[in-house]
Amino acid sequence: MFEGTLFEFTRVNLIQLIMTVAVASFFIVAFRNPKIVPRGVQNLGELAVQFVQTQIIDMIMGVSGRRYLPYLATLFFFILAMNLAGLVPFLNLAGTSVVAIPLMFAIVAWLTFNIAGIRKHGFVPYLKTNLFPPGVPKPVYVLLTPIEFLSTFILRPVTLTIRLLANMMAGHLMLVLFFSGATYLLLDAEWFLKPFGLGAAAMGFFITAFEILIALLQAYIFTLLTALYIAGAESEHH
Amino acid sequence: MVHAAEGDVPEGIDIFIPPWYDIFWSAVMFIALFGIFWKYVLPRMKTALEARSEGIEKKLEQAEVERNEARALLEQYREQLAEARSEAARIRADAQAERESIVTEARSEAQEAAAAVNERAEMQLTAEAERVRTALSGDIGRLATELAEKIVGETLDRERVSATVDRFIDELEAAGGGQEQR
Repeated sequence: MFEGTLFEFTRVNLIQLIMTVAVASFFIVAFRNPKIVPRGVQNLGELAVQFVQTQIIDMIMGVSGRRYLPYLATLFFFILAMNLAGLVPFLNLAGTSVVAIPLMFAIVAWLTFNIAGIRKHGFVPYLKTNLFPPGVPKPVYVLLTPIEFLSTFILRPVTLTIRLLANMMAGHLMLVLFFSGATYLLLDAEWFLKPFGLGAAAMGFFITAFEILIALLQAYIFTLLTALYIAGAESEHH
Repeated sequence: MVHAAEGDVPEGIDIFIPPWYDIFWSAVMFIALFGIFWKYVLPRMKTALEARSEGIEKKLEQAEVERNEARALLEQYREQLAEARSEAARIRADAQAERESIVTEARSEAQEAAAAVNERAEMQLTAEAERVRTALSGDIGRLATELAEKIVGETLDRERVSATVDRFIDELEAAGGGQEQR
């Protein structure tokens, strides 16, 4: 669809769209008519949002970080949904297993924590605390400043991107490997190889369960690290 | 199904170079979802949570007020009970005292009545004794005179004899009166 243009729409984009609509509808339904005493899906929605609020924001940033809740909650549920798409039958591909989404989130996180730090401390003091950490003998800065620059302003978004991308790609490859292997072994292989097909299918099952964990974990880690970077940029001492 | 994805997957360094359309669509979806969370989901949740906290607070306050009321009421009941008890004790004591006074009064009345009866009986007895004595003294005089006439054999002067007898009886009485306790 629209191939070669900005609006080209591929299978991954379709998966992303489906998962976005799914997440949006879930939360819209959950809070369509919020009750004082929550029932059913509202409970689940509150539980989910409060997980982000208490386990990520309150723990890392303190109560003052609650203003980032819309951003971090969206980030968490978007990544989680994209990750889980890799396990949903007929989708079978994580939205995060192409570089665009992890990279986009990494750039947004980079912009957010830098802007937060500059707004809090001012441009020069912010750079100074990051590039010239106090309490170090002056000659050390020759070595320390490039390292700090690299780690804070270059590697942070890169690691965020690659961690998520690689995890989801690897998960996808594992699933493809075991399930296609199982299919081949069970259907096309020599008779004495067929029992191994069951083993491969079993492995595929365990990898699927493992991928659920990874999907949650990577969404959590990405959001947690973003929160950590923002909190670090805003904090007085580095 | 699993294989279908293979055609789309970039290889080599292309893995890390996103096509623009990918970024575009991801950004559109992310912004849409962000908008939904920011403007719809989270405010509604916040409202619901605040209403819940408020409701709970109100309930707790109300419970506190009601507990205090109940405590005051209990205190009041206890006071009333104690009052009622002391009232009952007082009434009982009063009744006791009253009963005693009634008994005492009745006793003294009875004693008075008994004394009056005694007195009246004594007076009657005295009068009776007087009457009997008078009658006896007349009879004795007459008998003595009759006896004397029989002895003497003639009629005596009644008036003189009567005077003599009366004097005699008076003397007897005077002599007896010294000994008799009246």
